[in-house]
Amino acid sequence: MNSIRHKIRKVFVTTAVVLACGVVRAESPATAISTVDQRIVKIFGSGGLKGLYGYSSGFLVSAEGHIVTVWSHVLDEKTVKVILHDGRRFDAVVVGAEPALDLAVLKIDGDEFPHFQLDDSVAAVPGTRVWAFSNMFKVAAGDEPVSVMHGVIAARTNLTARRGVFETPYSGPVYVIDAITNNPGSGGGVVTTRTGELVAMIGKELRNAQSNTWINYAIPIGEIRTAVGEIITGKFTPKTTRPSDDGQPAKPRNYSAFDFGLVLVPDVIVRTPAFVDSLLDDSAAAQAGIKPNDLVLFVNDELIQSCRAFDEALGKLEAGDRLKLVLRRGNGLITVELPVPKKKP
Amino acid sequence: MRQRQPCGVRFLAVPALLICASLHAHAADPVVLKSERQRIAVIEKAAPAVVAIFARGGQGGGSGVLISADGYALSNYHVTSGSGNFMKCGLSDGVLYDAVIVGIDPTGDVALVKLLGRDDFPHAPLGDSDVVAAGDWCFAMGNPFLLATDFAPTVTYGTVSGVHRYQYPAGTILEYTDCIQVDASINPGNSGGPLFNAAGEVIGINGRGSFEKRGRVNSGAGYAISINQIKHFMDHLRSGRIVDHATLGATVTTRDDGAIVVDRILEESEAYRRGLRVDDEIVSFAGRTLRSVNQYKNVLGIYPKGWKLPLVFRRDDKKQEILVGLRGVHRKSEFLEQPKKQPQQPQPRPDDKPQPDGKKKAPRPTTPAAPPPAPVPEHLKKLFETKPGFANYYFNKVEQERALKGLKSLGDFSSLTGSWKLGGTAGDGRPFEFTVAEKGIGLVIGADKQSFLQVLGPQADAEDEPEGTGGLLMAVQHFKLLLTKGPKVFSDFHYLGSEPLDGRGEMVDVVMAELTGVQSHWFFSRERGTLVGFNLQRGDDVDPCEIRFQNFTDGAAGDLAGLNDGKSPTRTFPNRWLVRHAEHEFATFVIQKCSLTSSQPVESK
Repeated sequence: MNSIRHKIRKVFVTTAVVLACGVVRAESPATAISTVDQRIVKIFGSGGLKGLYGYSSGFLVSAEGHIVTVWSHVLDEKTVKVILHDGRRFDAVVVGAEPALDLAVLKIDGDEFPHFQLDDSVAAVPGTRVWAFSNMFKVAAGDEPVSVMHGVIAARTNLTARRGVFETPYSGPVYVIDAITNNPGSGGGVVTTRTGELVAMIGKELRNAQSNTWINYAIPIGEIRTAVGEIITGKFTPKTTRPSDDGQPAKPRNYSAFDFGLVLVPDVIVRTPAFVDSLLDDSAAAQAGIKPNDLVLFVNDELIQSCRAFDEALGKLEAGDRLKLVLRRGNGLITVELPVPKKKP
Repeated sequence: MRQRQPCGVRFLAVPALLICASLHAHAADPVVLKSERQRIAVIEKAAPAVVAIFARGGQGGGSGVLISADGYALSNYHVTSGSGNFMKCGLSDGVLYDAVIVGIDPTGDVALVKLLGRDDFPHAPLGDSDVVAAGDWCFAMGNPFLLATDFAPTVTYGTVSGVHRYQYPAGTILEYTDCIQVDASINPGNSGGPLFNAAGEVIGINGRGSFEKRGRVNSGAGYAISINQIKHFMDHLRSGRIVDHATLGATVTTRDDGAIVVDRILEESEAYRRGLRVDDEIVSFAGRTLRSVNQYKNVLGIYPKGWKLPLVFRRDDKKQEILVGLRGVHRKSEFLEQPKKQPQQPQPRPDDKPQPDGKKKAPRPTTPAAPPPAPVPEHLKKLFETKPGFANYYFNKVEQERALKGLKSLGDFSSLTGSWKLGGTAGDGRPFEFTVAEKGIGLVIGADKQSFLQVLGPQADAEDEPEGTGGLLMAVQHFKLLLTKGPKVFSDFHYLGSEPLDGRGEMVDVVMAELTGVQSHWFFSRERGTLVGFNLQRGDDVDPCEIRFQNFTDGAAGDLAGLNDGKSPTRTFPNRWLVRHAEHEFATFVIQKCSLTSSQPVESK
């Protein structure tokens, strides 16, 4: 053993001299893994019905108990259960979300939680060797460490978020990984370097509807860092428009619900029903008698099945058009017409 | 051009060096090449022990690994259950060997088979799965998708993703406790094959994966039964039995504060008799601290029925340690026939690879009109014997013969079927005499000649005589029967396996003898082969009478009059018996004189 160590030292010294190697992190894989593991949490929330699993992963980003995870149906409850690496159980509340980034921030009560510093995260390039941590398949319970997998960053690219291929609101840059990191419950896990530096957040499972294949990807921390910081400090406002779909001609976005004084419920799933959440005071919509909880069924005789479809229908309006809405309120249908206002250039 | 080194796998645990090197290395980084050479060498060394298992008819199969030169190989129960009692096993040398089933563990999904035809089979060393940790490199070998027609195993490489994992059973069998989770690809056909550590030691047997919606192919989480669990069961498997797993007779739950507490307990269980009650907090079990229900199940899953384990519990802030024997999971009748139950959990199975369109593949084209399997040759048939409760009773006879050498070495007592008298002084100075006669057994002890009697005969029940021994007199009768008449006198007699004596002692082979519902378990030192004691159990849910032999003599020194009658010593006899019951020592009997007759002397006069 000693002779091996001696040889290793000899090789190391030689290599260091020859290559003039810079800073070296001395952390062993086991230490890196256990350090990361202390910052990962298991999340249990709604779901559990056929096809919808009720669990996911997350990671602590502040000593006060802020947890970053993916925005998913698992969080569709007032509180969700969070279990720390040491088995401690907490009720967590969602303090903010950015559906456009597939991002949510939770909070548990307490202090001195081990956590990642988002500012210390690092970027990776194709070829970077990584660990992926998550509670995929809910394998770990209580204080059991989450699963760790090995992989290599295969690409950094934009997620092709064409509808019907990958159904996700997020279309920004992602790391594609050569390991099967994205499984049920993996979303909200982390990808780190082999020395445990935070690189990315594992995204939700995405299936390519055309090829029936699944993509293993993670969202670079750099993409979510600002939003997380703003959510934690309370300065966050969700983006009103989504980034245009990559590689597709941008759809017209002439008008949005906001232009009529309408605020719809948060668009969290692929087909979030287009319910009215609230109305701006003195807006055209309010004056026309639209009320919170009305469900939009038709826009100018076009069937509207989701918030997204509603957005797209409004995007196609031109100044001077009439906007005819058919709404369901209780068991009745209401038809409302609004003028489409001129937009200032 | 400066190039990043994309190679992602190394054996040497020198990350500091490797990171340094990877930043600056060129394509032929000597460190990378060296670790690659090491990896290749390890795989080359491991491959010859890997077995491709096929049913005799050629339909279906799986993998296995040789663990001894005489051909014993491990696999999964769910592989051998589909391949019949005789199977064909291909090795990487391209040769197809005959093999026969030895023992099965349906609950743990393990099977032991024996390859035939060589006494120098290549075999893999067994590692220590308790030191395996997340992040360790590992590789799986086997025959996924039954790809290898030349039997050269497929290697898949990966990381240990987690240890001490618990995977729910399908019904009451195929439960994966304390298993190793890996991201090395485990696919249909890998089942039963070995998981190696980076040094090429077997740390587990690959058996299942989390597959869910992607069909029955690897999706990043495969599970291997830990080799340390299998080591506990190894002699049980060699016994040719259908091996049972254990329960404590108590279930546990997680209290609000995270403590693991007993929520139900059987009053018939040994745990109850040792004092465990509902609401007691279990602190540790078998030396492991418990913090989840899974961990409790993990401990139970890795030990066979009958083993004794230390358990520490807390009640009213007081900790107490007890030693508890484990009960069987299944009733005897459930194992009279081999379990037929098919796994309900997704299991790696050949030919279940889903197609991209989600449809199931048409049956794999077999050789045109697959011929029926050739009849099993006579020389193989001799190695297989059916008996209820056994996968292959033939191997039980093999193990009985091995274990009972410790009995034979005591000498020939077969002529001494008459009455016996064993007299001497107990450890506390009281004189005693046992009398073993045809109609009953008596013990007279002490100056006041206190006497105890156990009546013998078809209608007689085994009594707790003397009271508080658990049936010492009946135990003496079993001892005499085994010595004089041997296994044939018992209604059931077989080799059970091995266990640590009394939970903490040396490993002993265990042989079970049963007569009119009373069982005795005979313990032979695994290391020395000698008889070290036995237990007599009057019923299912009572503590046994435990007798440990602390000394043997041939009487030559005059310490046991009457044994060899002054002739040259041919017999050896245990002359110091420690008798224990329910954790209380009853007495130590030092036998100083004996009379072992060959006929009934009173009647014969």
